[in-house]
Amino acid sequence: MSEPVEPAEPAPALELSVPESARRLADGQWHRLHPATPFLRGGIAFVAIIGVIVVNARDVFLDTLFGGGGREIRFLERFAESSLILLAILAVVVILLLSVGGFYLSWRMHTFRITDELVEVRSGILFRTNRRGRLDRIQGINISRPFLARLFGAAKLEVNVAGQDANVELAYLGSAGADNLRLAILQLASGTRAAEAAAAASSAPAGVAGLVESRVNELLAPELDPNAAPPESIVRISIPRLIGSLVLSEATVIAILAGVGIITTVIVTGEYGWIFALLPGLLGFGGYLASRLTRSLRYSIAATDDGIRVGYGLLSTTNETLPPGRIHAVEVSQPLLWRPAGWWEIKINTASQAASSSGATAKTTLLPVGDMSDVHRVLQLILPSLADDESRALLEAGLAAGAHDDAYVTSPKRAAILRWFSWRRNGFVLISDAVALRKGAIWRSLVLVPQARMQSVSMHEGPLLRRMKLAELRVHTVAGPITAAIGALDRADVVRFFDEVAHAAVHAAGVDTSHRWRSSSEDAAALAEPGAEEVSETTAAAEASASPEDHA
Amino acid sequence: MSQRLDLPDAEWRGVSRKYSVVEVGGLIIFGVIATIATSIPTLITSIQWLAAIPISLAVIFLINIALTPRRVRAIGYMLREDDLVFRRGLMFRRVVAVPYGRMQLVDINRGPLDRAVGLSELKFVTAAASTGVVIPGLPEQDAEELRDTLVALAESRRAGL
Repeated sequence: MSEPVEPAEPAPALELSVPESARRLADGQWHRLHPATPFLRGGIAFVAIIGVIVVNARDVFLDTLFGGGGREIRFLERFAESSLILLAILAVVVILLLSVGGFYLSWRMHTFRITDELVEVRSGILFRTNRRGRLDRIQGINISRPFLARLFGAAKLEVNVAGQDANVELAYLGSAGADNLRLAILQLASGTRAAEAAAAASSAPAGVAGLVESRVNELLAPELDPNAAPPESIVRISIPRLIGSLVLSEATVIAILAGVGIITTVIVTGEYGWIFALLPGLLGFGGYLASRLTRSLRYSIAATDDGIRVGYGLLSTTNETLPPGRIHAVEVSQPLLWRPAGWWEIKINTASQAASSSGATAKTTLLPVGDMSDVHRVLQLILPSLADDESRALLEAGLAAGAHDDAYVTSPKRAAILRWFSWRRNGFVLISDAVALRKGAIWRSLVLVPQARMQSVSMHEGPLLRRMKLAELRVHTVAGPITAAIGALDRADVVRFFDEVAHAAVHAAGVDTSHRWRSSSEDAAALAEPGAEEVSETTAAAEASASPEDHA
Repeated sequence: MSQRLDLPDAEWRGVSRKYSVVEVGGLIIFGVIATIATSIPTLITSIQWLAAIPISLAVIFLINIALTPRRVRAIGYMLREDDLVFRRGLMFRRVVAVPYGRMQLVDINRGPLDRAVGLSELKFVTAAASTGVVIPGLPEQDAEELRDTLVALAESRRAGL
């Protein structure tokens, strides 16, 4: 392995710089945010107003000096001659001072601290807000860099804890500081005790933590945008595929149909007013395309030791780290038009939900578009227990075209009335420690729910299903875009599966330690092993794929 | 009619028979209000066929009331070693199993009708909104005991999200 050799050289430097700054911020004391914060959080408008005033004043000044000027200027001159000018200047100065003071004060009062147990933010001058998030409930840490903030070298760090809109936001931090702080928070949250971490960091950067730190350090090397293109990203979305996936979406078809409809109406009736009916739809379609585009541009997904890191964005960049065991359900699906190209999309349910719908879609779409091998790589990353050959075969069967007569327990023939085309596909199976539900012949999808994340399981029947001796099975997870339900199955199968899943869920929840994913050494070894393998495997793959190019 | 969806060799604990009173009471109140409200158009306009709406509503409520005792008997719960299983419904049957460790909180609610007959309703809340385990018609004493049992069981089997 070439891995341990690599960090050996830059080790002393990183050992002092990275953990030092991160540890300083995560030492449990109160800290302040980036000094440019007030301006980035809405002060931009204020700066613009001042700019306008200054520019106008300069015009007036120049005009009075050199004569000329229009009617407005003369009005201002008359205004200036009166004694009101003093009052006005005074008022402006007072307002300026007050706002500068207010901004300064709000920056002074906006503090955060990170302890072993929680992350806490206090803010506000008149109305104080205090928000705490428990580290063992972290669902993901998101670093976003809006374009303007990037110019200031600032980044927003968002700690998502479980719950509706339950995020602790540290906006803004220094760009490099944010990355280090995320690492520090993840280390604290992973159950590595702070003292241990410190000792490990000070004595020798050996082992996994050292490796991660060196990785992060490597990524930080290009100063402006450290995580834009991590070397170990396992999926790349090429521009043709990105454009193809957008053009071949159902939204495009609807947009084209609507356009054709409206144009025909215009031609037939001769009323051009109809064209305006297109506007709202066009706006919506544009918004949809834009959001898909930003989500897919410079997309990267990679394994780190503290979870999966997903990054995207061209001008405003975002990258999120999802610690292990934070994904509650996974759906691999294929829109109809993507079938010839063999593209798939992966969505996830997580316990923290964004308030804005656009943010929510961005967060829940893990892989915007990818081919079969991309899908398998991503699935291996998010569900490492499904990496063995047997699981892989089952996953392939779950996604393949004419899948029947396999390990999946599918609907009986009498269910064909309810599932016209898909009754042969419609089925379930237990893959390793996940429940897999395969659905749909036209809109194919495969839903995977890790048993350790399952909240409860239920079976249902209505009058129609009872008559046909069929039943429906639902696996309950936290709220999200995915509903894990499968209907029109044989009743005996459902009852048997219900029992199996119920027991498996209890067992899985009992052995699961991912809320402190590196807490005890034994579990840590067991848990870190696949992750570590993942990293070396993917880097090996990257090297393998890179080397022929180098030679060529 | 074939047999209903159920678990094999399950020993269900039923809820209090008095819960029928609560259900019937609620149905009567809503039935009367709905019937009166929908019969207003007929009375005002004196169009004969509009009377079909309140009449059919009343019939639906009457059938519902007649079925209430059976529906109440269909409600059952079971404390297994590691999970709580809950079942309800005649026409639309639902059986749900929740591991104790998934508990986020337990609610005990008493409506006015519940209080009149000394019953409580116990709600088992998990991180998934769709779990929906609400055990109605428990005598107050039982509800509180069950709550304490569930909390203790959840505590001994605590799991993450």
